[in-house]
Amino acid sequence: MKPLTYERPATLDEAVSLLGRGEVPTSLLAGGTNLVDLLKLDVESPQLLVDVNHLGLDRIDDTPNGGLMIGATVRNSDLAADPRVRERYPLLARALLSAASGQIRNMATTAGNLMQRTRCVYFMDATKPCNKREPGSGCPAVEGASRELGLLGTSDSCIATHPGDMAVALVALDAVVHFVAADGAGTIPIGDFHRLPGDDPSLDTTLPAGAIITAVEVPPLAFASTSTYRKARDRRSYAFALASVAAAIDVDGDTVRDIRIALGGVSPRPWRAHAAEELLRGAPATADSFRAAAEAELAAATPTGENALKVDLVVRLVTGVLLELTGSER
Amino acid sequence: MTPPVTTQRVDLEVNGVQHACDLDPRTTLLDALREHLDLTGSKKGCDHGQCGACTVLVDGRRTNSCLLLAVAAEGSTVTTIEGLGGPDLPHPVQEAFLEHDAYQCGYCTPGQICSAVGMLDEAAQGWPSVVTDDLTDAGELGTDEIRERMSGNICRCGAYVNIVTAIAAVDA
Repeated sequence: MKPLTYERPATLDEAVSLLGRGEVPTSLLAGGTNLVDLLKLDVESPQLLVDVNHLGLDRIDDTPNGGLMIGATVRNSDLAADPRVRERYPLLARALLSAASGQIRNMATTAGNLMQRTRCVYFMDATKPCNKREPGSGCPAVEGASRELGLLGTSDSCIATHPGDMAVALVALDAVVHFVAADGAGTIPIGDFHRLPGDDPSLDTTLPAGAIITAVEVPPLAFASTSTYRKARDRRSYAFALASVAAAIDVDGDTVRDIRIALGGVSPRPWRAHAAEELLRGAPATADSFRAAAEAELAAATPTGENALKVDLVVRLVTGVLLELTGSER
Repeated sequence: MTPPVTTQRVDLEVNGVQHACDLDPRTTLLDALREHLDLTGSKKGCDHGQCGACTVLVDGRRTNSCLLLAVAAEGSTVTTIEGLGGPDLPHPVQEAFLEHDAYQCGYCTPGQICSAVGMLDEAAQGWPSVVTDDLTDAGELGTDEIRERMSGNICRCGAYVNIVTAIAAVDA
């Protein structure tokens, strides 16, 4: 770990000012569960840490329209335990509870979870080339250890995945990221928050430089009461997803009235399955149509030799989750 | 230009005692406990948050002390295995680990016990886990729940069966 200094601002204004000063490479420290690890690995080497844990951003408030405004430093465990999240957004509670360990969830924050870096082994190893960590150095993953990496929205320069679970549920819920910067406040729809790599994988998100996330707004979604999150992984607990699915469904008789599907572990961004959703609206709520929609979503997949298993895995996860939610074996 | 290595005053409250430490801001809470405060009960296993051997309670919550900078823990209340209890007055979870032989080499045990104490408190507050069927009613802790909730603590000796039994005995 390289030498650094630590600042603990007491107000958001002070934090924005420290971040905006730009004299030295600066990182925000929230739960630290990913950042402190990356500091130890010399993958990230900021010279200034700005601790954002004491800015009063730890509340979960009801919004006037029946949604929730989740403060940036609300801990993952507190969010998963919140009765409103458990009742209104089971997919979000289950995504959070699927992630990491009890200890990590007590530390990790809402905003930090969105900002976490990929766990691609080449990114995490500062002795290896990586276009995300060192632009232009190359990507050994495509021909290398890629079993856990992406197959949707990837590029020749990077096949890293967003490793999180929470953001997959938030993408299904059309959440909105709120931030402040020196020149004012702004919002980013969660679906636009994580970038696809293209020929510049260095930036993970569209959050403007110098901005601090203040909250994540989750709009109301009545049929989210019929929702869940399912995660396939190499061990039963405390592992990153090989693939995961967040889904909510509204069925009228035997017909799908509305549906939300998002996929994790398959792309640099939590992947909203727009093609599958489009096919399923108005379609019969049957295993055949669920499977066909999932297959259509995966038509654009560009798997590597090692992660080709994810194509079938995602199709089965989506089909299984939708059958579970509709309570049928149709 | 890389900033010079400096130290700063960090006030830590550990096991009810205030300590004024002089620390490089890169120091983790785990290293501060072990190297500066001579509290070597908390163990360094992986040093990356993956094994749980360093688990302590921060403001009552189980936390990987290897992933928390000591300077960021200033103002919090830290409880380590030494603060839970000792030979004269063991904590109920410590007693249960003895009673049920819930260890072999013992290296992961302080982390297992601190984690179990935090986990039982979470369960008492009604927090669900991912294996809870009804998210709105967490119910009783069974073997599956204990295993899932303790997955952040690895035991290389594989003493899991007795660890689960010990924790279940405290929860009963």
